[in-house]
Amino acid sequence: MRVTVRYFASVREALGLGTEDLQTGQSTLAGLRAELCARGGEYADSLAPERPVRMALNQVMCLDEATPLHEGCEVAFFPPVTGG
Amino acid sequence: MALPRVSIQTQDFDLSQEVLALRSGDGRVGAVCSFVGTVRDHGGQGAVHSMELEHYPGMTERAIEAMIDEAQRRFDIFAARVVHRVGVLQAQEQIVLVAVSSAHRHEAYQACEFLMDYLKTQAPFWKKETTPAGAQWVDARSSDDVALARWGIRTQNAAPDVG
Repeated sequence: MRVTVRYFASVREALGLGTEDLQTGQSTLAGLRAELCARGGEYADSLAPERPVRMALNQVMCLDEATPLHEGCEVAFFPPVTGG
Repeated sequence: MALPRVSIQTQDFDLSQEVLALRSGDGRVGAVCSFVGTVRDHGGQGAVHSMELEHYPGMTERAIEAMIDEAQRRFDIFAARVVHRVGVLQAQEQIVLVAVSSAHRHEAYQACEFLMDYLKTQAPFWKKETTPAGAQWVDARSSDDVALARWGIRTQNAAPDVG
């Protein structure tokens, strides 16, 4: 399925990329994160399982990595938020 | 026309004008509580002369709208307003405003604190401080997760404390 992936703050800086459209066979957030990690390099480093990476699906914070993806969805990976 | 409840903007805000707009024309209002957050000139890495705030356009507004809806459900309040600045801010500048109106003070105090606690861990903003040692991303505090837990909302924004 087609997915838009967005990166913010330190993750965006490390990858040198704010957004990408990709085709994935993965069906969950965890699967997509693992697929991106498998690219190696900065992806493996920034999105490693032990990193405190937070996620959003269609612009809603998503704590459960088992959440399913769907065609055309927007996924975001970012560090813990620090507003206010 | 109803005023917007949420504004994400680069420009500064005026507390008096915001409070006046929030309560204007509503004779039921007997209390307005507001919180203003500002840029400290010291952070974890020493002196801070400026800060850059990044956010997730679209999600930020949706997340804060949802927080205000939740505050309306929990507390007997009339109106709420959140203004959050983004972009480059200098030390001592204003960053965020939360203002709430109600009939009596207790509900306004509570809703204001609830909104700030919620915003700290659930709104997609990221701060990068510029210090003499260079620019660095600010770490999230686990104490902010604890603050939200007081309202019965479990979150895990900050990384677990090490050691």
